[in-house]
Amino acid sequence: MTFLNRPPRDFPFCPGCGHGGTLQALDSAMTRLDLNPARTAIVTDIGCIGLSDQYFNVHAFHGLHGRAVTYASGLKLADPDLTVIAIMGDGGCGIGGTHLVNAARRNVGITLVVCNNFNFGMTGGQHSVTTPCGGITATTTEGNPETPLDLCALVSAGSAPFVARTTVYDQALPDLLAKAIAHPGFSLVDVWEICTAYYVQTNRLNAKSLKELMAGLGFASGVIRESPRPEAAHLLRERARVSERAAESGPAALECAAEAAPGGAAAAPPGGAAPAALRGLSCEFPGTLHDRVSIVIAGSAGEKVKSCAAALGTAAILCGGFATQKDDYPITVMTGHSAAEMILSPSRIEFTGIDSPDILLILSQDGLRWASKILARMGPDQTVLADDGLDLPSGRSRVLRFPFRASAAEAGKKSIPMLALGTLLAGRPVVPLEALRRAVALTQKPPVAEVNLKAIEQGAALAGGS
Amino acid sequence: MIEFLDGNEAVVRGAVAAGCGFFAGYPITPASSILTGMLKALPRTGGVAIQAEDEIASIGMCLGAAAAGKRALTATSGPGMSLYSENLGMAQMMELPLVVVNVQRQGPATGSATKGAEGDVQFARWGTSGGLPLVALAPTTVEECFTLTVRAFEIAEQLRTPAILLTSKELAQTRERVDLEALGGDTGGMRLPVPPGEVPALHPIGGPTLARFTTSSHDERGHITGDPAIIDRLVRRLAAKIEHAAPELEIVREDLRAGAATLVVSYGVTARAAREAVAAARDAGLAVSHLILHTLWPVPERAIREALGGFEPGADGTPAPRVGPASRSAPVRRVVVPENNLGQYAREIERLAAGCGVDVVPVNRMDTGLVTPGEILDAIRSVHPSPPRIG
Ligand code: SF4
Repeated sequence: MTFLNRPPRDFPFCPGCGHGGTLQALDSAMTRLDLNPARTAIVTDIGCIGLSDQYFNVHAFHGLHGRAVTYASGLKLADPDLTVIAIMGDGGCGIGGTHLVNAARRNVGITLVVCNNFNFGMTGGQHSVTTPCGGITATTTEGNPETPLDLCALVSAGSAPFVARTTVYDQALPDLLAKAIAHPGFSLVDVWEICTAYYVQTNRLNAKSLKELMAGLGFASGVIRESPRPEAAHLLRERARVSERAAESGPAALECAAEAAPGGAAAAPPGGAAPAALRGLSCEFPGTLHDRVSIVIAGSAGEKVKSCAAALGTAAILCGGFATQKDDYPITVMTGHSAAEMILSPSRIEFTGIDSPDILLILSQDGLRWASKILARMGPDQTVLADDGLDLPSGRSRVLRFPFRASAAEAGKKSIPMLALGTLLAGRPVVPLEALRRAVALTQKPPVAEVNLKAIEQGAALAGGS
Repeated sequence: MIEFLDGNEAVVRGAVAAGCGFFAGYPITPASSILTGMLKALPRTGGVAIQAEDEIASIGMCLGAAAAGKRALTATSGPGMSLYSENLGMAQMMELPLVVVNVQRQGPATGSATKGAEGDVQFARWGTSGGLPLVALAPTTVEECFTLTVRAFEIAEQLRTPAILLTSKELAQTRERVDLEALGGDTGGMRLPVPPGEVPALHPIGGPTLARFTTSSHDERGHITGDPAIIDRLVRRLAAKIEHAAPELEIVREDLRAGAATLVVSYGVTARAAREAVAAARDAGLAVSHLILHTLWPVPERAIREALGGFEPGADGTPAPRVGPASRSAPVRRVVVPENNLGQYAREIERLAAGCGVDVVPVNRMDTGLVTPGEILDAIRSVHPSPPRIG
């Protein structure tokens, strides 16, 4: 039995090229393992060896230079029980080196067979990452000044669970390849070959001296590493099964599963809108949002400006209206300003830009610095609510000052924006305070909501005193 | 069900609604929340989502998964699109369905990473070697981020092509009120007429029929070939399958006025400013038509020509008889094209308007700000025959 669809003499390689031997050894290994052709895929890279998938009666994927490992990984992750064998040259291992390390580290259960002949054959014998020091190639005519890469050491650095190296002339090669393919995790076999058209023409290297070169470089051979650990595709499929079951048993369980899943915490939407998203928002306060109002909240990072703004937007929707929210913060999110640009409107909102808002809340020095240009554009019909500890430049807008920060001292700085919103809505019910309270209860986790509901009351009390 | 969502969240919902089974991505502002959203959403539906080591691996894994028969999605921004380039071409060559979301940000290169612009419009069309056509859709609202994601999956699968969803920072990271369930009738069920033989059936890897996918020029059975006749047949078919479907791929919103001499053609987030500008112009008594393009590639030529007043340029370049609705008594004389870039799609309008005696008036901005309704209104007024004063 063979997986080859043509006799080896039909291989397209130069006479004496090592590729033919490796492919025959691979065929023996596949035969020995009695692989199911319909459940086996060969993924090839670019180079002479990239032609090889065509000679096998299995599924074939011939992709871009250096990226074979990415396609093989995608196939395996999509179909964890598929046998996936990637074949690359040493050139591909250079351009796609990061994929080798990461597939090893991730432990995607593919087998990578490297046909390593120390140069690029297809493009005319240029040096590669594995060309020995001093090697003469089309691009190192004075001898390669660079040090060759130990591919086995490279994937071992990524904790690859199965790593081996030998030459194409090793009788044990089919055995070694079979072991690698049978291994459930990521496996790499570095097969040293000769390129008769180029590398051996300019360097003293032949079938016999390959082993000597290996020893001379101090590169290990045989099975170098064997240390099994859970395979990625099966691991992800198992996790999906758990999530799927949780999702089927209802929304409450769904949330718990999401939080338990790795990455679940990071995936929580800003503002914690998920609980409300599961139920949807309905018009609970009809007819209470009368006018289109633009509001900018300018505060500091880490003080919950974004989630507070999300609650305000939600409140507008609870009033039967529309809202848009655009956040602004520096790339280094934990420092400097955090701002939200909001539009609340009884009708659909098209343009979301705000040149100068109807209302500007300035909650901190960071917020003031960020909002100074906006402040300068504001006119007498527009209102600024600012913390009374801030030194505001004189402008044309109406400025109201409140001790936002001082009042929030007890509840903590994360309640400052909500406190300020309480003050705003108590003085000017853009939306009723009750709608904001309801939005907080709907969109925030109970302990956070509790703090914020108190902050709203505190803020509202400030409005009475102004 | 009414919610307060941003565009990236809507893309995730759309992907799940479309039956997406695989996602691979790499973090990049402003697309990262699609990655985190898919990591959360896909396992619940039995799918796989993974963060790859870079953008090349992201799209590579997606193409592997697509070859295994999964509906695959990846999402990035301009810098990542640059890294997707080679694999996009491979997807065309292998005829692998894939949806790619480009959440555009201001560029070039790293540009203003957290700020908006829509500068990748021509890049979406010409972003890989070989110049073969692909499909690109552009939403204008958060709800359309959902519906057009679903459409993109349908198109990708039926035409076996990569389809790009061109959103932007402004849509991706602006929350607004949406009701995705109410859009039910607007999702799914698109059937593109494909002539027999134009789009071969996809036999997934791992299935009973041995499949052969190759990035090299190949014959009908997937074997590499150097035969010019076979290569010619291949590339012409790859182009034709998109071009033939172009009329059915036209997703546009027409808001045309009989007798309007001014037409505004808009897309993306700028369409929202254009809607306000057109409404203001009409309030001021100006007759203005507005055409919003959701399909950017292939160019919705039929809709644009009709909106232009139905002129087909004749063989000698002079206007031939109109094909548009007879109610439009006067043909359009000028087209205002606002864009959140230095003027990319205006050239497509110029191409279609050539020989019709129509002026194309661009309104451009790429300073990280949005093109405003005022800027568009100014352009409408400046080109209008008798500009009355408003406001
Ligand atoms: S060029 Fe070298 S690698 Fe390529 S087929 Fe010839 S001998 Fe083999």
